[in-house]
Amino acid sequence: MDVTFQTVMSQLMLGLNNGAFYAVLSLGLAVIFGLLNIINFAHGALYMLGAFVALLGYTELGPLLGMPEFHLNYWAALIVAPLVVGGIGIILERTMLRRLYRVDHLYGLLLTFGVALIFQGIFTNYFNVSGTPYDGKPELLNGVVNLGFMMFPTYRLWSIVVSLTICFGTWFMIERTRLGSYLRAGTENPHLVQAFGINVPLMVTLTYGYGVGLAAFAGVVAAPIYSVSPVMGAEMIITVFAVVVIGGMGSIMGAIVTGLALGMVEGLTKVIYPPASSTVIFFMMVLVLLVKPAGLFGKEQ
Amino acid sequence: MHDTGANVLLSLSGVNSFYGESHILHDINLSVREGELVTLLGRNGAGKTTILKSIMGLVGRRSGSITVAGRETCHLPTHRIARLGIGYCPEERGIFSSLNVEENLLLPPMVKDGGMTLAEIYDMFPNLLERRNSVGTRLSGGEQQMLAMARILRTGARLLLLDEITEGLAPVIVQALGRLTGQLKEKGFTIILVEQNFRFAAEVADRHYIIENGRVVEMIDRKDVETSAAVFNRHLGV
Ligand SMILES: Nc1ncnc2c1ncn2[C@@H]1O[C@H](COP(=O)(O)OP(=O)(O)O)[C@@H](O)[C@H]1O
Ligand SMILES: [Mg+2]
Repeated sequence: MDVTFQTVMSQLMLGLNNGAFYAVLSLGLAVIFGLLNIINFAHGALYMLGAFVALLGYTELGPLLGMPEFHLNYWAALIVAPLVVGGIGIILERTMLRRLYRVDHLYGLLLTFGVALIFQGIFTNYFNVSGTPYDGKPELLNGVVNLGFMMFPTYRLWSIVVSLTICFGTWFMIERTRLGSYLRAGTENPHLVQAFGINVPLMVTLTYGYGVGLAAFAGVVAAPIYSVSPVMGAEMIITVFAVVVIGGMGSIMGAIVTGLALGMVEGLTKVIYPPASSTVIFFMMVLVLLVKPAGLFGKEQ
Repeated sequence: MHDTGANVLLSLSGVNSFYGESHILHDINLSVREGELVTLLGRNGAGKTTILKSIMGLVGRRSGSITVAGRETCHLPTHRIARLGIGYCPEERGIFSSLNVEENLLLPPMVKDGGMTLAEIYDMFPNLLERRNSVGTRLSGGEQQMLAMARILRTGARLLLLDEITEGLAPVIVQALGRLTGQLKEKGFTIILVEQNFRFAAEVADRHYIIENGRVVEMIDRKDVETSAAVFNRHLGV
């Protein structure tokens, strides 16, 4: 294959784009795991749900309201989908997950896995598994931009920028603000934080809502790029879990950096040896587990 | 008796506490008046920490009655109990490793008006000012203990639960903690002090409760301490 600067750069940029999605999703998983001690297997399904809120808001909501001309536009979906899915998350946490904090991780994993299968099953029943295109991409984000070294689709550039903004915004909130210090302290010793007068159960609920809201946000951003399908989350989540294992569950920045880096590694592999591009992350996962079982940024326990 | 005065700030009556299936506290009765400094003495495993945790609602299950300033708290969640004006300094100190010193200090929210300001606290604990950007758990044991105390003074809590604050610390630091505890008492704080160090406790306390096997076995007033050596000896082996 002819390896030119162009092809390397374009695969790197596409990889960065995928990596930005990995970063947002693994960030949500890390935040949830930190405070709730639950490995949220429903993350992929909630990401899918976010994309469907955008899709159905665009195509079905108007007719449903008796206003066929009405479309929930993309910008609104970026806000509405995280709120809707965050709300679903809050209900899940309040009614089900809450009961599992005292028991082994495994129960939370099984429960959220079951929830994921239910959502996925319901949507598979009504929607095309091979995907439905999302037509709500705003005019403004059509076309391509000249990055100097290559032409790059405007929408993909936007999706990188907005994902990174969300990631670093979340990082800032957790590592540099008062609210974040509650969260970090709550991750370490929730009982003591509650003994200081902080409503930890509420904080836990809102954190889960925020984490899955992030997944929904990623789902909306992904909708115009990948088509919207009931299994989009199931495919994504497997890679994201590998990212989380490589990065280590403990660290917010670790989740972000690992997500971005592995997206780019995947991109590079597409140039160097395309058949390996879909497995390179898992190969790296094995390597990291052998050398540093707690993950690159994880703390040994 | 001590639980009849109008100014009783904290009162436990008939309290039983459980961790899972194990019944740890049996029918605990004790009370603390406003401005008093009361100790809980007893051997390791007697149930002193569990009494403090029961007050905070941190045990698996508890029954009986625990009132704070006249309010029943047995059915309140932990954070609501704290908001009644209690500052809890746990035995393991509970300094957060993901927070620096100042973040540790600022973590507990205000529960009442009239707490000390950050400036006043740094005045009282100059070491903490010097090390305010260090990771909390990088401090020496003594400094961590100071930090654990300092952070509950900011919140306006008037009732302090201090669990073995001198444990494992060098004599000069124990002395400093003794002075500090005296100062806090002068400032009008109400304090329950869990101690193994009997001399430390005897110097500052108004009354002592002796705990054994999850029960209150003796209550000794400050004025009777001298004549109760035999009692202390029997229960504490000092
Ligand atoms: N989390 C727990 N689960 C079960 N038993 C506990 C727990 N914490 C303490 N205990 C038991 O309760 C008893 C009292 O412990 P504790 O209150 O810590 O004693 P002290 O503070 O007087 O040394 C001990 O027998 C201890 O083994
Ligand atoms: Mg103890």
